Amino acid sequence: MKQVYFTGDNIISFLGFTSKENFEQLKSGNTGIRKINNPALYPEPFIASMVDRERVHHLLPGNSYTLLEKLLILSVEDALQNSGVDIRSDKTIIVVSSTKGNIDLLDDSMADRFEKERVYLWKTGDVIAGHFDNPNKAMVVSNACISGVMAINTAAMLLQNGDFENAVVVGGDIVSRFVLSGFMSFHSLSAGPCKPFDAYRDGLSLGEAAGTVVLSVHPPEQKERFVFAGGATANDANHISGPSRTGEGSYIAISKTLKEAGVSSSEIDHISAHGTATPYNDDMESIALSRHHLNSIPVNSLKGYWGHTLGAAGVIETVALLQEMKNSLLISTKGFSEAGTVEPLNVIAQTEKKVVKTCLKMASGFGGCNASLLIKKVRL
Amino acid sequence: MSSKGNHITIKENKIFRNGELFFETERERSLKDFLKTAWKALKVKYPKFYKMDEISKLGMLAAEVLLMDEPQKSLAEEEVGVVLSNAHATLVTDINHWNTVKEDDNFFPSPAVFVYTLPNIMIGEICIKHKLKGENAFFIAEEYNEALVRQHINLLMAQNKIKAAIGGWVDQSEKEYLAEMFWETKG
Repeated sequence: MKQVYFTGDNIISFLGFTSKENFEQLKSGNTGIRKINNPALYPEPFIASMVDRERVHHLLPGNSYTLLEKLLILSVEDALQNSGVDIRSDKTIIVVSSTKGNIDLLDDSMADRFEKERVYLWKTGDVIAGHFDNPNKAMVVSNACISGVMAINTAAMLLQNGDFENAVVVGGDIVSRFVLSGFMSFHSLSAGPCKPFDAYRDGLSLGEAAGTVVLSVHPPEQKERFVFAGGATANDANHISGPSRTGEGSYIAISKTLKEAGVSSSEIDHISAHGTATPYNDDMESIALSRHHLNSIPVNSLKGYWGHTLGAAGVIETVALLQEMKNSLLISTKGFSEAGTVEPLNVIAQTEKKVVKTCLKMASGFGGCNASLLIKKVRL
Repeated sequence: MSSKGNHITIKENKIFRNGELFFETERERSLKDFLKTAWKALKVKYPKFYKMDEISKLGMLAAEVLLMDEPQKSLAEEEVGVVLSNAHATLVTDINHWNTVKEDDNFFPSPAVFVYTLPNIMIGEICIKHKLKGENAFFIAEEYNEALVRQHINLLMAQNKIKAAIGGWVDQSEKEYLAEMFWETKG
């Protein structure tokens, strides 16, 4: 099986248009979550983190692409810089991750701006592949909030198997009336900015973002390299909108990830959790981690900076994890102040310096789905 | 390295099991009506079925017929995966939800509808009913590409993550629907 390396990345969010810009904001403890008054999106003011849409349209002017498509294109363009990957090569596959894609096109006001099929996610894949002259059919993953991690796992598996040499994994979702009103009806949104793993957490904050990771079987020039060591998904087989009380799926996904990587849980030195800040999700993750005896390992959730960015979440949080590993800096869990999960965790409350080599990323979502992946830092 | 077991096709209000007609209702009847009638005919006690959206019901129905002889029985829960695909994600349910939120003065979103606006919810429902805890994936493609779904399943098997899987295509547009589902085992 071939070794797969992370060779390029990008994050576009309220906090910036590159991975570096975003990481600088995380280091400074700045959040993109704020009160927004936009009656077109929701009748009343709401809490969310949104991209500077004017900047998006400035960087990629014209009416031929939707907002989401522009975000994905800009993200891929930036991630490709210095990645060493030729996106036009038939050896490169594009994998798109999104939960709702161009769902804003359901609105009648958009009907005359874009053709009807533009609302379908396979079309989003076509549009991105077409923009970059990639000759392969883009793969599109839509698996709720684990889409991003699943897309990375899927791409890595294709590269490990030798089907392609490079993969460009791009995830994105926008804050839309469709999604906002749905989560509002679920009463799963927090009153203020979300508080992952906190005793007084009261729900999630929604976010809008796009992110990209470039994977390749060709090692990058740098001596310090980041390897995809393993990844898996699993289902709770318990409830479609509530996580398992035993952390079952998450536990299984982590077990399989460790098995593929040939790593024992005692070797993990940092965990980037899903941490949506809903009472149930964070408790569930604490249980899954406890079952793996990972309670004392430094864990964070970055939802307090970007909100829950759905199809982008797994991608941008993996990019941030790579930045943490590169910079030997573990980012604080914004919004967290008092421990309050059913099983104790070592939640990172203050950004701290620490050299980490073996890191776990977790994700969970509606439909009882869970995913994880493991990144290893290696030195030549 | 893997072999295909039973396969199910559901279209035009007919269920085919391994190519043979298994159940049918008149073609003129609505999908909703067909799904309800077919589920009753299977005599499965599972009231949760009736609260699902149409596409989840379609996937559940296909899975129920596919797993009638319980090929998963000898396997551990986490050894069985579900890998499905379609073209329209959850379009019909999306439109239902959208119609409840598009106007400020006619605003009545329902969490029971919204939760079904993700295509993998169908996978979740199948996993709950049949106690399957292995790998999941939902892919969106313009047309059914069985090879793509099988390739994903085979890669998961080659990495020893699963020993068997349900694969296929469950799609519903405003005009038509189609379910193709198969059982794949390692070795």
